[in-house]
Amino acid sequence: MSQSVKYRSANRAVFGGFDKLLLLAVGGLLVIGTLLVYAGTREWFRSYGLDPEYYLKRHTLNIIIGGLLAYGTTLIDYRLLRAYTPIVWLAAVIGLIIVLIPGLGTEINGAKAWISLPGGFQLQPAEMAKIAIIVGMSMVLADRDQVDQDPSDIDVLKALAIAALPILLIVAQPDLGTVLIISAAVVAMIGASGAPARWVVGLLLAAIVGVFAAVQTGAVSSYQVARLQSFVDPSADPQATGYQLRQSRITIGSGGLLGKGLFEGPQTNGRFVPEQQTDFIFTVAGEELGFVGSSLILALYFLLFIRAFAICRRSSDLFGRLVCIGVIAWFAFQTFENIGMTMGLMPMTGVPLPFLSYGGSSMFANLIGVGLLQNVHARSR
Amino acid sequence: MSLRSRINLIVFQTLVFSLMFALFGRLFYLQILENDRYQDAAISIQSRDVVTPAVRGAITDINGIPMVVDLPGLVVSINRIELDKQQDKGVSVLSKVATLFGLEYADVYQRTRLCGELPIDNRAGCWNGTRYQPIPLVGSASQDLALKIMENADLYPAVEVQSIPIRSYPSLENENAAHVLGYVGAVTDEDLKNPEINYYRNEVVGKSGLEVEYNQYLRGTPGVRTFLVNRKEVVTKQDKNIQAIAGNNLITNIDAKLQAGVEKSLAAAIMRARASGFRGDSGAAVVLEIKTGRVLAMASYPTYDPTIWQKGLTVKQAQDLFSEAKGVPALSRPLQGLFAPASTFKSISVVAAADAGYSLNASYNCPAFVEIGTRTFKNFGSQAAGRIPLDLGLAISCDSLWYQIAYDEWVRDGGLKPKSSPSDYFFKAAKAFGIGLLTGIDLPSELKGRLPDRQWKQNWYEQNKDFYCNYKERAKKADLTAYLIEIARENCLDGNKVRAGDAVNFSIGQGDTLVTPIRLAQIYAAIANKGVYYKPQVARAIVDADGKTVKEFKPEIADTIKIEQSTWDFLHRGLRMVVTRGTAAGVFAGFPVEVSGKTGTAQVFGRNPNGSPKDDTSWFAAYGPTDDPQYAVVMMVSQGGFGASTSGLGVRNIFETLFGVSGGRVDPTKAIFPNGVPNTIAKVDLRKVAAKVDLTDINGDGVKKK
Repeated sequence: MSQSVKYRSANRAVFGGFDKLLLLAVGGLLVIGTLLVYAGTREWFRSYGLDPEYYLKRHTLNIIIGGLLAYGTTLIDYRLLRAYTPIVWLAAVIGLIIVLIPGLGTEINGAKAWISLPGGFQLQPAEMAKIAIIVGMSMVLADRDQVDQDPSDIDVLKALAIAALPILLIVAQPDLGTVLIISAAVVAMIGASGAPARWVVGLLLAAIVGVFAAVQTGAVSSYQVARLQSFVDPSADPQATGYQLRQSRITIGSGGLLGKGLFEGPQTNGRFVPEQQTDFIFTVAGEELGFVGSSLILALYFLLFIRAFAICRRSSDLFGRLVCIGVIAWFAFQTFENIGMTMGLMPMTGVPLPFLSYGGSSMFANLIGVGLLQNVHARSR
Repeated sequence: MSLRSRINLIVFQTLVFSLMFALFGRLFYLQILENDRYQDAAISIQSRDVVTPAVRGAITDINGIPMVVDLPGLVVSINRIELDKQQDKGVSVLSKVATLFGLEYADVYQRTRLCGELPIDNRAGCWNGTRYQPIPLVGSASQDLALKIMENADLYPAVEVQSIPIRSYPSLENENAAHVLGYVGAVTDEDLKNPEINYYRNEVVGKSGLEVEYNQYLRGTPGVRTFLVNRKEVVTKQDKNIQAIAGNNLITNIDAKLQAGVEKSLAAAIMRARASGFRGDSGAAVVLEIKTGRVLAMASYPTYDPTIWQKGLTVKQAQDLFSEAKGVPALSRPLQGLFAPASTFKSISVVAAADAGYSLNASYNCPAFVEIGTRTFKNFGSQAAGRIPLDLGLAISCDSLWYQIAYDEWVRDGGLKPKSSPSDYFFKAAKAFGIGLLTGIDLPSELKGRLPDRQWKQNWYEQNKDFYCNYKERAKKADLTAYLIEIARENCLDGNKVRAGDAVNFSIGQGDTLVTPIRLAQIYAAIANKGVYYKPQVARAIVDADGKTVKEFKPEIADTIKIEQSTWDFLHRGLRMVVTRGTAAGVFAGFPVEVSGKTGTAQVFGRNPNGSPKDDTSWFAAYGPTDDPQYAVVMMVSQGGFGASTSGLGVRNIFETLFGVSGGRVDPTKAIFPNGVPNTIAKVDLRKVAAKVDLTDINGDGVKKK
């Protein structure tokens, strides 16, 4: 047993040290996502006389950069993470403050979530915050004097403090979707850390009260409230979000069993669903690839989660397990929220679909998340 | 890992997998279970249909002469896409067009807006099609004005002149036939909901007459070009292009020349009635072929000019069509005019009397009046004719001999305490001739008429007893006269019973009996044909553009009345006597063809809007030639006065047209059917229209060549 650990540890930079099925799942999603981004933008760009491959090229570039970041993440030693994490966390918090400063942050769809960079690139600090919070909380919660000791209330409070500041800053944007995803990860990690059960129950209650209060007190912008309203009652159509959700459902529903064929979807090519290369990318899959293709995508996510849970269970220490749980919670809730939204199961929140949606920051963060999983895997028993 | 951590991990894992299964389930629901619904929704989002109406089939007369035909009309339309590209959004162009055609700018503006662009309360006149269709502004532009636009295209950007089919009435024999032909109109929301026919928004459909009865054949299939559009309504590609298929032609049994003659005769009869001081408010005339039931002509007065439909109806014109003051020209009197048949009913009374055992060869007393109970029933004109043979009684239209017979039979049936199975010879005879039933003519909106038999009385009583039994409270002040109060008292007491007065009135076609002119024509056709009568049929055949018969309408026997041959012989003798020695002898004096008929002068209760009592209904029901009856002819003039002088003469005029009579002599070459009513299906010849309407300067696309 110990030999195997040594072997893997010694060769973690080698391809064979990765969880191949996890790589397969992520790779499959990236390939499909690239095709969907291309399908969702080529006709549109062509009709304006622009380069139809514009989004395809940028998306591919994002994947390459993300892949390098992920590879780098797998190489980092646990001990070094301790050194890096506060820096990442601090960078994320500063980024989240910058986006709120008028003139520096860019508002898209009612949320001030982006920092514009030269060259048309935009950074979304909230994505970096996800990683900082997951790694940071795992460090605090796993930092025990004795191996079998469960985290104390003080430990939990410390961990929550790490999450609280970024969450509050994201609430201020406001980006409710990301807040919910991070909250899900926080609750999952505290639950898995062995902390007293009252914390899990208390946090869930706090989340419900928090959402309710945010809507009531106007901490959430009218835009976000409108999105919630149109989920409850699609015929009320504040700011045309009902239109978007209806179009989205129709586009997916019209795909049928086999779909219209890649690049052949009339709804997609007519761009009836706004944001179809980012938040609504799943509608392109629904229309053009049909039930078979969309199910394949769900199956790849399923495979990803099965492998990620396996990595969790085999993790050699609590830290690895918590990182793993945090990443799973993040991916799973974000996937559910996004796909659920396109199919009318969830209210409209502006979160991208992991590995499929176009968008640099999100792609980088997602792939770093995969890098973290592989890192844990490499150190597992 | 602690046990609790392990359990928490399992709970968490279960939760994550459940979320994935939820997504999968929802995906299955949307894409597999509800696929059809979303597929439809997607198509309506992506595609825009541009519909080209099919050329609607022509309606011709029995010889193939077109009475209704689609002609290419010059339509001035606006291209909205081009209009919107102009700097002032087309304001100056639209005002120039308005000036050119003498239209209000506001109307032109309104007309060129899509309905969706206007507030809900201000959509009158808006365009209910799409932006991609040309929006018609002027339905039938004169060539001069159309040319002005075509030749100065630079002055009128976004204004187009096109040719589209317009329903036209060439009236080649000067026929009107508006009520038979009917009219077309825009598709309604109701039509669009019809699951059987896939109508398009800018189609026209039949609204009345033959146009609605045979709409499915005349309509054809509209051409549809389907464009795919994107979210900004920019056309991305053409998806389908289905060519329009012209509708089939309808050949009718109407003879256009005869129709014109019948219309003229009817109008003349009404003018004659008015000249004699009668109101003569409306009328109808029908010519049936006795041995087939074919409707050879059918006229209604007042009528209207069917071309108002092709030009687009103004509000005033639409109101006039239904205006009481104008005599409600929209009503088709032959089918919808309900009147007491009066003495024309006596032919049926003869059948009843024969059934009841009365000798048709005996003589009967025709006194000046008959006392029945407390009421006195006067003979027409209060004159006594003494004891006369029954055929003469029919010829001079004696009422009082029927009073006695009807009263005696009523008493025999038990009077006010009727037997459990009364003989009811009069009701039964009327029923055999179809009174109270539809003739089943192939035109919409026919009314049934009324047979006031015992069952009808009972129903009537149940509906009205509350009113009559509380007459003093319910009636208007003005109606509280001693006479009306007495009638109300009687109605309350035994209004459900057939009373002596009812039976007596029934025998001479008065009282509550109502018939339509088409029904009476069918009755006299039945008499002439010894009981075998046919469903009146206007349509002869449906033929396609190549002249191939799609559907032929064969004569259909409606019913057969079985009575003694001697009764038919008596009726034929008596009805001939009407014309030779009886009430119609004067108006038919010197007529060279032997015809038979019966006058009717029906009393009408009630008052005109100006308070004057209503004049009598003038009827004449006839058939001819007497020996070999071919045609049944009926004329009715409401408030027309005497049967003979108004309608009798009118029917004579119709027979003159039919047989080609002029100057007291028959000229067979001038007869409508010198060789009998044709049995072959005619060829539709639309060139006959071209000869009358100049179509030479219109090419295939409808735009005049320079």
